[in-house]
Amino acid sequence: MTARIGVVTFPGSLDDRDAQRAVRLAGAEPVALWHRDKDLHQVDAVVLPGGFSYGDYLRCGAISRFSPVMETIIEQARGGLPVLGICNGFQVLTESHLLPGAMLRNESLHFVCRDQRLRVENVDTAWTVDYTPGQEISVPLKNGEGRFTADPRTIDELEAEGRVAFRYLDVNPNGSINDIAGITNAAGNVVGLMPHPEHAVEPLIGTGGTDGLAFFTSILKRLVNA
Amino acid sequence: MTLDTVKNAEQTPDAEQPWAALGLKPDEYARIREILGRRPTGAELAMYSVMWSEHCSYKSSKVHLKQFGDKKPVTDALLVGIGENAGVVDVGQGIAVTFKIESHNHPSYVEPYQGAATGIGGIVRDILAMGARPVAVMDPLRFGAPDHPDTRRVLPGIVAGIGGYGNCLGLPNIGGEVVFDPCYQGNPLVNALCVGVMRHEDIHLAQASGPGNKVVLYGARTGGDGIGGASILASETFDGTKPSKRPAVQVGDPFQEKLLIECTLEIFREKLVAGIQDFGAAGLSCATSELASGGSGGMRVELDNVPLRDNTLSPEEILMSESQERMCAIVEPDKVDRFLEICEKWDVIATVIGEVTDGDRLEIFWHGEQIVDVLPRTVAHDGPVLNRPFARPSWQDALQADAPTAERLKRPADGDELRAAVLQLVGSPNQADKSWITSQYDRFVLGNTVLATPEDSGMIRVDEESDLGVAIATDGNGRYAKLDPYTGAQLALAEAYRNVAATGAKPLAVSDCLNFGSPEDPDVMWQFAEATRGLADACLTLGTPVTGGNVSLYNQTGDVAIHPTPVVAVLGVIDDVNRRTPMAFAEEGQLVYLLGDTADELGGSAWTQVAHDHLGGLPPRLDLERERLLAEILISGSRDGMVDAAHDLSDGGLIQALTESCLRGGRGARLVVPEGLDPFVFLFSESAGRAIVSVPRSEELRFTEMCGVRGLPATRIGVVDGEIIEVQGQFTLPLAELREAHTGTIEALIG
Repeated sequence: MTARIGVVTFPGSLDDRDAQRAVRLAGAEPVALWHRDKDLHQVDAVVLPGGFSYGDYLRCGAISRFSPVMETIIEQARGGLPVLGICNGFQVLTESHLLPGAMLRNESLHFVCRDQRLRVENVDTAWTVDYTPGQEISVPLKNGEGRFTADPRTIDELEAEGRVAFRYLDVNPNGSINDIAGITNAAGNVVGLMPHPEHAVEPLIGTGGTDGLAFFTSILKRLVNA
Repeated sequence: MTLDTVKNAEQTPDAEQPWAALGLKPDEYARIREILGRRPTGAELAMYSVMWSEHCSYKSSKVHLKQFGDKKPVTDALLVGIGENAGVVDVGQGIAVTFKIESHNHPSYVEPYQGAATGIGGIVRDILAMGARPVAVMDPLRFGAPDHPDTRRVLPGIVAGIGGYGNCLGLPNIGGEVVFDPCYQGNPLVNALCVGVMRHEDIHLAQASGPGNKVVLYGARTGGDGIGGASILASETFDGTKPSKRPAVQVGDPFQEKLLIECTLEIFREKLVAGIQDFGAAGLSCATSELASGGSGGMRVELDNVPLRDNTLSPEEILMSESQERMCAIVEPDKVDRFLEICEKWDVIATVIGEVTDGDRLEIFWHGEQIVDVLPRTVAHDGPVLNRPFARPSWQDALQADAPTAERLKRPADGDELRAAVLQLVGSPNQADKSWITSQYDRFVLGNTVLATPEDSGMIRVDEESDLGVAIATDGNGRYAKLDPYTGAQLALAEAYRNVAATGAKPLAVSDCLNFGSPEDPDVMWQFAEATRGLADACLTLGTPVTGGNVSLYNQTGDVAIHPTPVVAVLGVIDDVNRRTPMAFAEEGQLVYLLGDTADELGGSAWTQVAHDHLGGLPPRLDLERERLLAEILISGSRDGMVDAAHDLSDGGLIQALTESCLRGGRGARLVVPEGLDPFVFLFSESAGRAIVSVPRSEELRFTEMCGVRGLPATRIGVVDGEIIEVQGQFTLPLAELREAHTGTIEALIG
């Protein structure tokens, strides 16, 4: 039996089918979750995909955070359910207070789509065990509001506890503090990042790399060994 | 104000009507009265005025567009041809692809962000209405002088609008063009292409049949935006003395459109619609009259049921509004409940506004009174057809006589001058790297993008099991078309065709966006007649039918028209996307071959523009049989693994293509000027029918033998090597220096 990984579709989710594909390619079973449905259908982990949920109106992720499915996810994530938030999903996680901080408009004031190099800083989370410490990977990045920020105390805490999971290399594409690309909660089950690992899972597609696949094999390994 | 009912119109034949303000000509108004046997009601007048506008009726262009049908090549790839929302092409394995290119030029000048955004929205709904899932978009753009202050208003707005809408909609933007020329200063061109994928059995058409079937309007509420967009805005020349036309521009909501796409696809999956039409130009007037005229019966509509954003709208305004993100479906009565349920699931408002009748008339009611009673065909299809006068412009001969000979324009005389000319060319706004613009578009979403900008064509995997894919390229060159519209249009086709083949795909079909000045000017009309004749002739020779497209006229300010700018999109198919050919020269030691013949052809070239600000002479000669042969070689080379990279030669010539391939791959090249060729001509000529390829040494013999047997000239011009571009005996240029010249330009000008 393999792991069941839920992928939430909010109205305006765009990368939900891509996330399902990545889950499938890693060998797990993708399960579509609907924003209006509180039931998580016995999934073992959840991916909040990229996109513009609810049009990103009001503020990115601010409305999704109140959707019925998030009620259950917030509750279960506090109890240890592994959750990965990608891009808009990361924004939903900060709005839900499952992760600290917030995302501001990119420093350039433009949407940016590029192949981004990252360093994996924490390989102990549920979503990164298949990486090696300090591994440098390349995955697509695409956002208009991806500039991670938090108050200095929170940043110090994140850094001190090794909770900065990914850092931008070469270029900081949005002006985030300390080149932060993604973070984890203290327990390591909730991870959020702005770049898109689900777009780097096939050698032919996108930028032609598979550096993102280990996110999904990591969670599979964690769940199957659990 | 009293309601102008049909009854009222019969009783008050002499009432004053604002037909002129709605853009109608006196004879057109007389014709409407003749058709109806009375004066039109206000609502009828509104419908006729938008549907008979240049933008919707193609009245000036129709007689010329007919050639695309008359000269249609024999092909079994075409499942749906011209006349529907978009053409549909069979790509094999039971899969069909639909694609179309459209213009949103006028609105994008008046209000760049919303104009460009709703341009994407409109073309995406056209594709959706055929039954397909939209899978990618492309945007060929043309702007005025890069250093003109207004370009800094127009360009960032348009780019942000395309990104803002397309990114939020979740469609990868995989290609297009960015061209600068002062001729577009007051008339930027914003063309938008969308491609969609479906199974053969899922093709949907715009027709309302079956009396008793319900007419369902779903999507956004109707507001007061975009009233007169088609008639007042897109069908007239800009004139600085009139009031702003900004209210005629629609306002887009990409989130609503995303919901509309997913909702519509779910409705298609459950086979709930008998006919479907999107709301584009002319809104409800267009959707109801086209659906009714495409079907067998009549239609009765209760306008009171249309959900409104603004309750003060008059019935005429409701009929003319071009509010975005709306669709109209014909649904059998027993399927209406399920239809509405799916709309509710996606938070999409859906309302039954009428039904198909067994009569033959389109009847519209407001507050219980009839305000429209017409034969739908007279609105949708019987618009005026004009045989506008055209004549070869008096200045054409002098323009063609002003050839860029070595005597007329000073050419680089030695290696140093050549080197300087190369740097100037590859750093010029038209030839420079466009990633400042394209990096604002998402090219990865949906996870099927095989190739995207700046590759020769965008390529999308359409089947994850078989790795079947399609490639699309759009090209146009207004400078060539100005010198010779017939050949210029053919060169646009040839370039797009070549670009598709360069990536390894077999070209199948064409969509075109014909951007011209005012049809009331015989010079412009001649350009249009020549361009359409050229394009139709070339499509016949190359075996690629025109499946649909769009005409945009009145792209002129005062008396000054833009360069005639036919933009041609070619769609091709590739059986296995794993075999695609990228443009990057990435492997040390591979051999660089130049395919095709190079002559001294610089008329309309990038070099004449950059070095001398000159436009004169004739564009490059075109040999369509050679284009076909070159394409066959490129496709074979890709399929059989004989070439690792290929790049088409077009504006900027060989040195431009080589620069792009080398920078993309991060490798230099050492070149030798072929014997008998002048170094300047070798590097800068824009002779058509050419490409450069990089060939692994192990494949050299097989490749050159294939070219030899088939009769395609293939000249070994060098080798991929090191980190400099060296032209032996002439100059060397470090890649870093080239990169700096090539990549900083756009941001410095616009950023």
